[in-house]
Amino acid sequence: MCLAVPYRIISKEGNKAIADVFGMKKEIDIRIIEDVDIDEYVLVHAGFAIQRVNQEDAKETLELLAELCEAEE
Amino acid sequence: MSNKFRNNPELKPLLQKIKNDIAALDGKVLPLKFMEVCGTHTVSILKYGFRHYFKDSIKFLSGPGCPVCVTSARDIDKIIYLAQEGHHIVTFGDLIKVPGTHSSLEKEIAKGATVDVVYSPLDALNIARNTKKEVVFIAVGFETTIPVIASLVLDAYAQNIKNISILSLVKTMPNVLRFLLSELQGEIDGLIMPGHVSVIIGSDPYEFIPEEYGIPCTVAGFEPVDMGLGIQALVSQIALGSPAVDNRYKRMVKSEGNRAAQELISAVFQECDVSWRGFGTIPKSGLCLNEEFINFDAEKRFYIEVKDEVVQTACICGDIIAGRKSPLDCTLFRKKCTPENPIGPCMVSFEGACAAYYKYGE
Repeated sequence: MCLAVPYRIISKEGNKAIADVFGMKKEIDIRIIEDVDIDEYVLVHAGFAIQRVNQEDAKETLELLAELCEAEE
Repeated sequence: MSNKFRNNPELKPLLQKIKNDIAALDGKVLPLKFMEVCGTHTVSILKYGFRHYFKDSIKFLSGPGCPVCVTSARDIDKIIYLAQEGHHIVTFGDLIKVPGTHSSLEKEIAKGATVDVVYSPLDALNIARNTKKEVVFIAVGFETTIPVIASLVLDAYAQNIKNISILSLVKTMPNVLRFLLSELQGEIDGLIMPGHVSVIIGSDPYEFIPEEYGIPCTVAGFEPVDMGLGIQALVSQIALGSPAVDNRYKRMVKSEGNRAAQELISAVFQECDVSWRGFGTIPKSGLCLNEEFINFDAEKRFYIEVKDEVVQTACICGDIIAGRKSPLDCTLFRKKCTPENPIGPCMVSFEGACAAYYKYGE
């Protein structure tokens, strides 16, 4: 039940935003995500954005994977 | 980007490395025992084949991170009572089939009870606006869901919607883990922490795990690469003999969590002692509405009568969420108990250990 999925923000107004998930448009609540930008990804649980997705950290994690694999070779 | 966490050619060599590292561990009894606290992790471990791949080197134990599974039969009886009294019940779909002592919401719907299933707790506001009945939202969930439920209460208050209340059955992670680790001392080699609970509370509240219990823990995401990196973090800490809190889900989880979400929670709720299936009552392991919002508490608004009775079944759901047993140890599993006819909650919720083993287990 703690399932949450990244959505891409398409438009926003007040506490609400329209966001894209797997090609579908959904209304979500963005009240706890400060100054969210259009095209930014947010993690959504039960129609509620609970975090912005940090692309830099995502990249770092993938780099860690590559490093660990190199160390093995 | 997210595809790289699902299909990534570098995962296979990582998994081989983990296997080699486990084989090289000095003085450790194999298989290692790792508990995945979150039910969605149980699904990932089975669905992506980790359980099978590491069958000789890691035993994965399911934990208490399935909100429906840890809801006690007595609490389900309270929901049934409210439905029987004619109130308009609003709930997550997972709860419909969960059996209480004598009935379930599914059976009550067949008898004419008014029950709506929603995706978001905030949908309950519209339902309340369009009925004269008393609407009761059944609030189950962990820290991931609690900010949304807090927002429901705050919005109902701000919009002066008077015919809505919540039955608060929400639970929090740190103290149930403390309880569990005290009970299983020495029997668990590492913990995979719930990724989306950690989005809200952060990784800092887990510091007591290495400090007080001397075992490593790692916050992990749910894609195959996330799981692989999480398992690698635990194995590497065991090899180094230096248990710590690791965060392998940094794109979503900060050490301090999401402060705005924490503020929403503390504006509406306060800590209280709650009862868990499989564990009984654990001090300060759940939340109830604070004084300011007490009018939204269904237990205060309505008289709820439930008897203290226990119907014995062979269901071992309580032992499974405590890491004591596996679904495969249950005599009912796949025979009398299936997702179509669940005997216990671990088979009802899609992230319950029994449902996951039924769907993805060998």
